Amino acid sequence: MKTLIKNGTLVTPEGLRKDDILLSEGKIEKIGKDIADGGVEEVFDASELLVSPGLIDLHCHLREPGYEYKENIASGTRAAAHGGFTSVCCMANTKPVNDTAAVTEFILSKARREGVVRVYPLGAATKGLKGAELSEMGELKEAGVVAISDDGKSVVNAGRMRLVLCYAKHFGLPVVNHPEDPDLVGDGVMNEGYWSTVLGMPGATRVAEESIIARDCMLAELEGAHLHVAHVSTAGGAEIVRQFKKRGARITAETTPHYLYASDAWVAGSSGEAAPDLDVYDTSTRVNPPLRTEADSAALIEALKDGTIDCIATDHAPHHLDDKNVEFAQAASGISGFETALGVSWTALVLPGHMTPEQLLQKMTRDPAKIFSLPGGVLEVGQPADVILIDPRAEWVVDVADFLSKGKNCPFRGRKLTGKVLATWVGGNCVYKQKENAQER
Amino acid sequence: MALSRKDLLGLRGVSAAEIAEILNTADLMKVILSSNSKKTPHLQGRTILTVFYENSTRTRLSFELASKYMGAVAANMSASGSSVAKGESLVDTARTLDRMASDVLILRHPMTGAPNLMAKHVRASVINAGDGTNEHPTQALLDMFTMKEKLGGISGLNVAIVGDVSHSRVARSNLWGLTTMGAKVTFAGPPTFLPPELAAAGCRVTECVDDAVREADVVMGLRIQLERQEKGLFPSVREYHKLFGLTPERMALAKKGALVMHPGPMNRGVEISSILADGDQSVIDEQVTNGVAVRMALLFLLTRHNG
Ligand SMILES: [Zn+2]
Repeated sequence: MKTLIKNGTLVTPEGLRKDDILLSEGKIEKIGKDIADGGVEEVFDASELLVSPGLIDLHCHLREPGYEYKENIASGTRAAAHGGFTSVCCMANTKPVNDTAAVTEFILSKARREGVVRVYPLGAATKGLKGAELSEMGELKEAGVVAISDDGKSVVNAGRMRLVLCYAKHFGLPVVNHPEDPDLVGDGVMNEGYWSTVLGMPGATRVAEESIIARDCMLAELEGAHLHVAHVSTAGGAEIVRQFKKRGARITAETTPHYLYASDAWVAGSSGEAAPDLDVYDTSTRVNPPLRTEADSAALIEALKDGTIDCIATDHAPHHLDDKNVEFAQAASGISGFETALGVSWTALVLPGHMTPEQLLQKMTRDPAKIFSLPGGVLEVGQPADVILIDPRAEWVVDVADFLSKGKNCPFRGRKLTGKVLATWVGGNCVYKQKENAQER
Repeated sequence: MALSRKDLLGLRGVSAAEIAEILNTADLMKVILSSNSKKTPHLQGRTILTVFYENSTRTRLSFELASKYMGAVAANMSASGSSVAKGESLVDTARTLDRMASDVLILRHPMTGAPNLMAKHVRASVINAGDGTNEHPTQALLDMFTMKEKLGGISGLNVAIVGDVSHSRVARSNLWGLTTMGAKVTFAGPPTFLPPELAAAGCRVTECVDDAVREADVVMGLRIQLERQEKGLFPSVREYHKLFGLTPERMALAKKGALVMHPGPMNRGVEISSILADGDQSVIDEQVTNGVAVRMALLFLLTRHNG
């Protein structure tokens, strides 16, 4: 199978350049001017479009095994392809937990048979995510995990976290910790601040996140281990990462599109201009860590720009309607994020001029690939043919009915975004293509 | 006149005109309540359900009597807190009750925002009878009714609200209602009981009860849940009463003739001393009577909207 994409604007680390690109036998065979279309099955005219490496997500929840009613590998990877992701890293908080090689192998074999994008599982840090006994990281690594994490909860005990870092380092595995001190969070269900006070909601202080980030950074420095900080949501969290990076600790960090774009005011239904208002207490705004303030979003954007935060991950957390159509404090936390990630990031970062398209895409392709040592992330001859087409000018309104994810939990529904993925190839196979008639400007 | 809304979920965002309409209607209802025959046909043929996921005998009784005095069919449903987590979802319960031809659902629930969720899924009017740590709008309406009755109006009053503001739905509803009606509100209590950035909501906040009470027209004590001591929010009842409780000495700082209020039930000798609770300035008993009048008014106005 050969595919030729003509006249596109290629996104490369050196900047944008106009070229043709030929995909063949799963690899990028040729990049250059006026590539001949002899023997090519499919030719795409990509003038006006960006041709980017496929997006790489270091943090998502595919829910299989155990919670297939929320999502499974088949639906999750299709949603990923719809959003322009060609590689996704799935967290271990499944049922059973991915704390043994058997579960890792199950996920990988399911992904091979039913998935449409590359799936890289993370292994649990502790058995059953209980925060006590270490998982068999050596076997997990052999089975194919790319990093270690108890995501969903923190490894609360500092002594245990030190051992996790120390042991994972032996296998060259990065450790991802979900930074959240449960005692400080208490009953909190949204960011503690003006809006929690006004709405009469139990608040969760930002310090619950920041204190664990600080502790983990210190422990990573002590052990010389690679800590990857999950979903940084606060200005203070970013500042701690910045300081420890300066000191030379092996720390990388991610944030998500929703922390860059949404704030705790959304829980009150005031979601900014040019958008339909959400209901007050709309459970689609419940996410963990909670949506913070506009000042936090601004600080996170700065941290992305100066490299403190290395990449954008989705924390795609699909939930069933029944888990969200309940009281706010009862509702499951999380946002179904694959299919809006690029549009939200583009609208938050590129549209206002904080970043160029190539800077943004680097944070979603090459940089995450480096953090977990994954293949792909760059358009180069010989690399896997993981490629996406982006219409950078497309304006579209988020309609959750179009989501391929089973999770329709999305606070961006009804919102107009700019920047849309039109097609996705994984290993040279087209795994998503926008329907022609849906291409409305 | 009728209200232009289907539900009363809180006082945040309720206009001064609407609040005035409820309070004026309550005047009429109080006349009925004070007469020998407390029956009126205002709610003839209506069905009003109290749905309580949390105990509150006095609030429920107040609503039930208000319904019955006006000729409605009143019934109640209780669900224990634990069944919230395990049993039928709130939305399903709400739909079921709605199908039983109820006109008004009165909901008390331990979680903030539950009445908003219920209101979205039912045709009936929903009245919030207290949700989590958020609002208790009918309590604030009866407080305002009492202030208006005793002091002639609300606009320009200095109202001090003292105690566990963080966890108090009474405090929040009073904040929204009173500031909308032109009163000045000052909150006071230990710092562990004051939520962050409260002052940005348009009120004064102080950790010094004396400061709050000084020159106040109304001083309202809030109930302290004694379990909060175990959670470390205050060290002892003894110290609490000494530093933050309402006492005759503190009350002497308020304006002459200032009112003493409390939403009840009281912890005597903790947030309020008995001498004050039973004294001349106390209108605590009247608040209870006025609660029925205000709820009659509200039920009447909301069911008129339902037409
Ligand atoms: Zn997490």
